[in-house]
Amino acid sequence: MIPSFPEVGPRFDALLRANGIEPFAALTSDAASLAVPHATTCVAIRSTEGVVIAGDRRATSGNLISHREMDKVMQADTYSGVAIAGAAGTAMEMVKLFQLQIEHYEKVEGQSLSLEGKANQLSLFVRNNLPAAMQGLMVVPIFAGFEPGSASSRIWAYDATGGRYEEKDFVATGSGMLHASTTIRLGWKSNLTLDAAIELSCRALWQAAEADSATGGYDPVRGIFPSVATIDARGFVFVEQPKLSGLFTNIAEEVRNV
Amino acid sequence: MSMPYYVSPEQMMQDRADYARKGIARGRSLIALQYDQGIVLVAENPSSTLRKISEIYDRIAFAGVGKYSEFDQLRVAGVRAADLKGYQFSRQDVDARSLANQYAQLIATTFTHEVKPLEIEILVVEVGASQEGDRLYRIMYDGTVLDEERCAVIGGESEEMKNRASGAKASDTLQTAVKTAVSALSGQSRTLVASDLEVAILERGPQRRCFRRLADSNVETLLSA
Repeated sequence: MIPSFPEVGPRFDALLRANGIEPFAALTSDAASLAVPHATTCVAIRSTEGVVIAGDRRATSGNLISHREMDKVMQADTYSGVAIAGAAGTAMEMVKLFQLQIEHYEKVEGQSLSLEGKANQLSLFVRNNLPAAMQGLMVVPIFAGFEPGSASSRIWAYDATGGRYEEKDFVATGSGMLHASTTIRLGWKSNLTLDAAIELSCRALWQAAEADSATGGYDPVRGIFPSVATIDARGFVFVEQPKLSGLFTNIAEEVRNV
Repeated sequence: MSMPYYVSPEQMMQDRADYARKGIARGRSLIALQYDQGIVLVAENPSSTLRKISEIYDRIAFAGVGKYSEFDQLRVAGVRAADLKGYQFSRQDVDARSLANQYAQLIATTFTHEVKPLEIEILVVEVGASQEGDRLYRIMYDGTVLDEERCAVIGGESEEMKNRASGAKASDTLQTAVKTAVSALSGQSRTLVASDLEVAILERGPQRRCFRRLADSNVETLLSA
């Protein structure tokens, strides 16, 4: 018998536990009274070519803005991305672990986890966080990915208990989700191109920022834009700032002219 | 008749070493060469699913010869150790030297304490920011670590193969390096084609994950031109 690490399969969180690290430590004190920065509006929209995933950049602690340039949209692997709403620290840790888990699985098993498998894995992470969520440290992600084999994209919404809901058209999460999803619902068409989906996601984030104080908008003074990424046959790619600048300037112009 | 219970330590080690060497010599060999943009690993491996070369971390690859089940177990242990270290500290703290040491400990312990030594030889290679940072560690069946330069060969007849690859230079292109590696593996009497080979590279560059496998069609192009 070769001396080796404990057998935990290709699961990275299980490996952490086998090594005495608990990735989802439940809190013992009343966390709801803590001022935790909450990250806020994220959307994903399916188009004919692929999927757009976007989110605002603001983090808040109660009524204060604690960070203006937070990245809530993150690449999970080549063909998938995740966006988060909820307690920032817990959410960042969850995404970090999720990214690691996907890569760890790929290296141990010698092939990538299926898109469904990734969505399911994220659901387990959210469910494991339930004790902390009950105490106020809730994390609610959205997950989007592209399957190069079938050239199709898929999107998922989650709830705090780890419930996983695949949607056909679009998903939204965070405190501004109501305004964002209404905007998308009004502008959504079945044959949406990727460019049209990018624009629609920007409009949705604009409307969410207008109505929800915890969602950050386009900040022309500092040159801060929401993060928008596309996932299609080319993989996960962030939309470049000049393009976002053009889109948001247009929306601002329309608002001014109403 | 009574059995002699005493076996001298020298004899015991010698027997184990012979056993391991015999096991390793039965399989096909593997070669790693530096080229101008990174490190290329070439193995003689007719299977396209049972890999001898694999990714451990962003800049680190693993290669093994000998008994598949044994080196594959070590490969997985390496991925675990690397991912765990990168998670607890930082991705840049994961390095080939420390991993090679861990492997050496594991293999040496097995060699002296277990009934059967591991019939394997492994390579841990790391691509640096520049060629000076490239590392090639060869770890033998008894846990001996060799810090190789420019070229490393594992498996039976490794010395002959290394001699055949002695013309390799660090400034070679990928194509030259692959050709040199293949002729070193095949010798003069045999011809190896793309489907007999498993080729992977650690490519120096700005990307996070440097490991990439070359498809048979790519290898064919490299060998034919």
